[in-house]
Amino acid sequence: MWGIIRQKVAAGGGSPVARIRPVVSNLRNYSSAVKQMMVREALNSALDEEMSADPKVFLMGEEVGEYQGAYKISKGLLEKYGPERVLDTPITEAGFTGIGVGAAYYGLKPVVEFMTFNFSMQAIDHIINSAAKSNYMSSGQISVPIVFRGPNGAAAGVGAQHSHCYAAWYASVPGLKVLSPYSSEDARGLLKAAIRDPDPVVFLENELLYGESFPVSAEVLDSSFCLPIGKAKIEREGKDVTITAFSKIVGLSLKAAEILAKEGISAEVINLRSIRPLDRSTINASVRKTNRLVTVEEGFPQHGVGAEICASVIEESFGYLDAPVERIAGADVPMPYAANLERMAVPQVEDIVRAAKRACYRSVPMAAAA
Amino acid sequence: MALSKLSSSSSLSTNILKPLTNSFFLHRPISTDTTPLTIETSVPFTSHQCEAPSRSVETTPKELLSFFRQMATMRRMEIAADSLYKAKLVRGFCHLYDGQEAVAIGMEAGITKKDSIITAYRDHCTFLGRGGTLLEVFSELMGRKDGCSHGKGGSMHFYKKDSGFYGGHGIVGAQIPLGCGLAFAQKYSKDETVTFALYGDGAANQGQLFEALNIAALWDLPAILVCENNHYGMGTAEWRAAKSPSYYKRGDYVPGLKVDGMDALAVKQACKFAKEHALKNGPMILEMDTYRYHGHSMSDPGSTYRTRDEISGVRQERDPIERIRKLILAHDLATEKELKDIEKEVRKEVDDAIAKAKESPMPEPSELFTNVYVKGYGVEVFGADRKEVRSALP
Repeated sequence: MWGIIRQKVAAGGGSPVARIRPVVSNLRNYSSAVKQMMVREALNSALDEEMSADPKVFLMGEEVGEYQGAYKISKGLLEKYGPERVLDTPITEAGFTGIGVGAAYYGLKPVVEFMTFNFSMQAIDHIINSAAKSNYMSSGQISVPIVFRGPNGAAAGVGAQHSHCYAAWYASVPGLKVLSPYSSEDARGLLKAAIRDPDPVVFLENELLYGESFPVSAEVLDSSFCLPIGKAKIEREGKDVTITAFSKIVGLSLKAAEILAKEGISAEVINLRSIRPLDRSTINASVRKTNRLVTVEEGFPQHGVGAEICASVIEESFGYLDAPVERIAGADVPMPYAANLERMAVPQVEDIVRAAKRACYRSVPMAAAA
Repeated sequence: MALSKLSSSSSLSTNILKPLTNSFFLHRPISTDTTPLTIETSVPFTSHQCEAPSRSVETTPKELLSFFRQMATMRRMEIAADSLYKAKLVRGFCHLYDGQEAVAIGMEAGITKKDSIITAYRDHCTFLGRGGTLLEVFSELMGRKDGCSHGKGGSMHFYKKDSGFYGGHGIVGAQIPLGCGLAFAQKYSKDETVTFALYGDGAANQGQLFEALNIAALWDLPAILVCENNHYGMGTAEWRAAKSPSYYKRGDYVPGLKVDGMDALAVKQACKFAKEHALKNGPMILEMDTYRYHGHSMSDPGSTYRTRDEISGVRQERDPIERIRKLILAHDLATEKELKDIEKEVRKEVDDAIAKAKESPMPEPSELFTNVYVKGYGVEVFGADRKEVRSALP
């Protein structure tokens, strides 16, 4: 009882915890205690362990070596593995991405880092035409075990050219796998799965999540830990409305679920984890239970991830819907710089709450709530 | 496979016959004669930032005869592909290599199957040179099961990974960074092998070429960039596309060599030289001065941007097969009749392969959904009508 109350007080500004757990302080006892790990550390440890386990894995990108990583994700790796396996590249995405894909053709397992996925557009021909399609065009002769990773989507105040979300772009391409972690457990498990996977994987991180801490169990910390590709996670169970999200938006959705709970709406929050393959069965099973859907994403709405989820649910579970499907997405404009405009361009907790209420026919329009 | 038949004949009989034979008298079997022969290349090499190799090339009657046979096979294959395309048995794109055979053949003679080759879409002969069969070529062109990519690739996507051929690429210039990546992996794996990344004079202006070359030079990768300069990027002549059409010099700090691409022996010498260089000193550029008789592809007559006189002039003066024929006859290595017989055999082989390829079935409908991934996890995949056609990816 006391543990639960302390938990609720503590959960104010930090990371939401899915299940009510006894509150434990930072004990270094891995068997029963829950350790806190930053997403940055989770990614670093995953890279470290996979490079240690398989000599074919190597990392290349801008500033990954001597600079220790533009966002410190590759800290310590150059020192540990040497310049043959941690390679600083010139600022030439088309060139170094092509080189990474060629190395994968030969049988190595490159991890290519884009400083942000905005720069991946310079290399997108190699990601799609050289990597994604090769196994198919060669009828299985040329497989491409490569990972393209880096921060995706909006950061804070970085403007229109540095805030684009590429989830929908890459997830539309057959031959690619697209993953997007939220928590540290996601980051570790999905990155390890991506590196071990024999196909090209686009791994969409989020800059603002790098510094966030999440509890990780001993199982997650084990070097053999791996999450399955193509499986979503139900972060919070509920029965009134299904909310789908990925990456940073999962955090906002969980906050929205807390607020909705106070108003008697029990929201089920699904952390997609895998954008391609999309876990349609988990999403549909959830909607068949709750009968209402709200999809949330940071990227542009037209032809977005939410559009695909809505279409899938309408196709598979039409008879189960008690309300029209709802989509919350980034505003349909290039990302503005001014703080107030930027706030309007990205989904906020209030937007998710409002959409969930609309789906439950308990809507309160924005004007009335102001 | 037709191509390797001659070259794999045993050399045991040669040792017995050797004291009785002399390359200046008619003798049999020339197909296995490995008596060394030194031939001068048509023109000396022009070099940039390096010492040019000697224009005296070591060869053997056996090698010259295999050059003749293999190039004749390639020539016949491409002409047959032209007919198949016009008969609508080949669809989409078909980029023919006839005229450029010496580059494919000379390169093979200078390297091993452990070295890697990657090229663009004019890949039929390169594939054959790497050990592919005529049946695989024609079946793939017609989209049949027995094609090298089981009908799923088409003309531009031939691959033979087990003998170091990495395709077959449709996007102009993409194969160059990919080739540098292969070289990176060869160096990483300490294989002591090299990669030849082939591209055309059109692709020579691509930015990604310079990006990849910079990295290759910085990291000392065993990559050799080979510009097959046939002087036309589709319909645009080189002087209209490149401010500096000295492609072998475009590497700036990277050494380069200009080679007569119609002379198979010059190509062989250059590739041998480049391989030794790349293993010790990093990347190099080879510019092969060559020519294609056909247009850019089957939809291009090839005569709107160049004169028929030019085409026939090259055929008269510089044809690679005629060069080898003259060499063989001049050195009395075979008679005209024997060479004509080889050409007849080649024609028959090609015709037989086409007949067999025509019998090969189209891929099963279930093949639509195979090889999307190596590991599909049983994920659902949809056809055009997702309510009707859905499958699980293996």
